[in-house]
Amino acid sequence: MKVLVAVKRVIDYNVKIRVKPDNSDVDLTNVKMAMNPFCEIAVEEAVRLKEKGVATEVVAVTVGPKAAQEQLRTALALGADRAIHVQTDERVESLGAAKALAKVVEAEQPELTILGKQAIDSDNNQTGQMLAALTGRPQGTFASAVVVEDGKLKVTREIDGGLQTVELALPAIVTTDLRLNEPRYAKLPDIMKAKKKPLDTKTPEELGVEVASRLTLVKVEPPAERQGGVKVGSVDELVDKLKNEAKVIS
Amino acid sequence: MSILVLAEQHDGQLAETTAHVVAAAKAIGGDIDVLVAGEHVGAIAEAAARLDGVSRVRVADSAVYAHQLAEPLGELLVALADDYSHVLAAATTTGKNVMPRLAALKDVAQLSEIIAVESADTFKRPIYAGNAIATVQSPDALKVMTVRATAFDAVAETGAASVEAVETVVDNALSRFVGEELASSDRPELGAAKVVISGGRGMGSGDNFTLLEGIADKLGAAIGASRAAVDAGFVPNDMQVGQTGKIVAPELYIAVGISGAIQHLAGMKDSKVIVAINKDEEAPIFQVADYGLVGDLFEILPELESKL
Ligand SMILES: Cc1cc2nc3c(=O)[nH]c(=O)nc-3n(C[C@H](O)[C@H](O)[C@H](O)COP(=O)(O)OP(=O)(O)OC[C@H]3O[C@@H](n4cnc5c(N)ncnc54)[C@H](O)[C@@H]3O)c2cc1C
Repeated sequence: MKVLVAVKRVIDYNVKIRVKPDNSDVDLTNVKMAMNPFCEIAVEEAVRLKEKGVATEVVAVTVGPKAAQEQLRTALALGADRAIHVQTDERVESLGAAKALAKVVEAEQPELTILGKQAIDSDNNQTGQMLAALTGRPQGTFASAVVVEDGKLKVTREIDGGLQTVELALPAIVTTDLRLNEPRYAKLPDIMKAKKKPLDTKTPEELGVEVASRLTLVKVEPPAERQGGVKVGSVDELVDKLKNEAKVIS
Repeated sequence: MSILVLAEQHDGQLAETTAHVVAAAKAIGGDIDVLVAGEHVGAIAEAAARLDGVSRVRVADSAVYAHQLAEPLGELLVALADDYSHVLAAATTTGKNVMPRLAALKDVAQLSEIIAVESADTFKRPIYAGNAIATVQSPDALKVMTVRATAFDAVAETGAASVEAVETVVDNALSRFVGEELASSDRPELGAAKVVISGGRGMGSGDNFTLLEGIADKLGAAIGASRAAVDAGFVPNDMQVGQTGKIVAPELYIAVGISGAIQHLAGMKDSKVIVAINKDEEAPIFQVADYGLVGDLFEILPELESKL
């Protein structure tokens, strides 16, 4: 079974972001970038499926600027066999990404496509579901367990009330939640080997898709700052403050 | 303008969040319909009909919608969407699961988790774990959005909308519901509770969460957790508060043994009053806490319980 895994280049999750002084966007100049954490989980799951003999080939794909090749190389170092880069400098939102990915799915015909449930920059949580809709495939979103069984896919999903298990016809789309697995780190020899693995570059024009976002980003502002509070010296003082100052308990 | 709101269900009842999404719809302005899709949902439809501002409740009662699976629910929304300028759902796992399918099939962008309505086509939404707020304008004829319930005050229940059955029938050969493990609790729902007390890695074990229970009982609080506490297996995933868990904004949020990572703050920093209990006086949680108490939670919690 062929597995396609989509990855996104985003700001490193440890970095505290800054808004540009002109409020046009978040300032990403000289900021450390990395693979989106949920995409790392997606790559890990694909590689584990290959190690278990369930997957025969793992193909990593990204839609983004030239620099996003770094994240494809990371995916290759983690165990993907080859990579596809849909290269664009446009501001791509979920719909554009899903359209490009749908073309890749059409060409590659993977049995299973795995994506992260959300990217930590836009926090959209849309691309996997959109890809599923565009390709007419079922979706197992927010997955915390994925099992291939009798030609079907069993996905345990993290939902608001707890856990839900669904069975999907293959081919299918899965998006990862945090507890699906714990991603490994790439080892130095694997990073070296990854440099020699095939990486194909395509443009949205070649795929025949329009990826630029139609949404206008009117402005980006920092959130309202919380006023720093006080330290209290004892439980008694805390209870007193909550009762008489904040008036949130009686 | 006409707006369709997808009703959120919880335990066979209309979920509280729906009243908040209707409030967002009212802020946009126009006729508001609510769609209730599920199996045996008559009572849910009646409850939706009482929401202030709703003119019509449309009911799709069929086994195919029983577990809100995204494939049939998405198809139903696609079939109905042409009547509307906006389709809204709560930013719950149900809304997040299905709405992008509608948007993609209608070839429109989706606006996720809006927190303010500027006009009928311009909305505010948090990005980067709430560390920036984007104002976004959509030129699409159909706006598909999810709504952060805590950002809108619930509408009252004084309405009397009409209730109509939806004729559209869809089938679903792609996905099948197998089962679910739902947390059952007598406590208020995390997203709707007035008081939330959350434990982090500092709790040390799942058993130690009983230290929070006594306090939660006294305050009528819901119990939450950090990701570290969930990952460590102390408590189930549905208790996670944060960027990728639940977003809460109670009157009072008490963080116990939680360091205050940005991903956690993203889920609770709009709470009215924040209390932090942590033994590390440098913990970042104190930067957002109105009241911080530095000390060992194993001493503080029993004392707090006895003094409430
Ligand atoms: C993509 C991504 C998404 C994430 N999403 C979320 C999310 O939704 N929600 C979330 O919470 N996290 C999320 N995280 C994880 C987040 O970055 C932190 O790792 C996590 O919040 C830490 O949890 P914690 O504060 O419980 O643990 P720690 O950071 O380990 O903090 C434990 C705290 O307990 C204190 N403590 C220990 N013992 C005691 C004691 N006896 N008495 C008092 N205090 C004590 C310590 O001083 C410390 O401050 C996410 C991370 C990533 C990468």
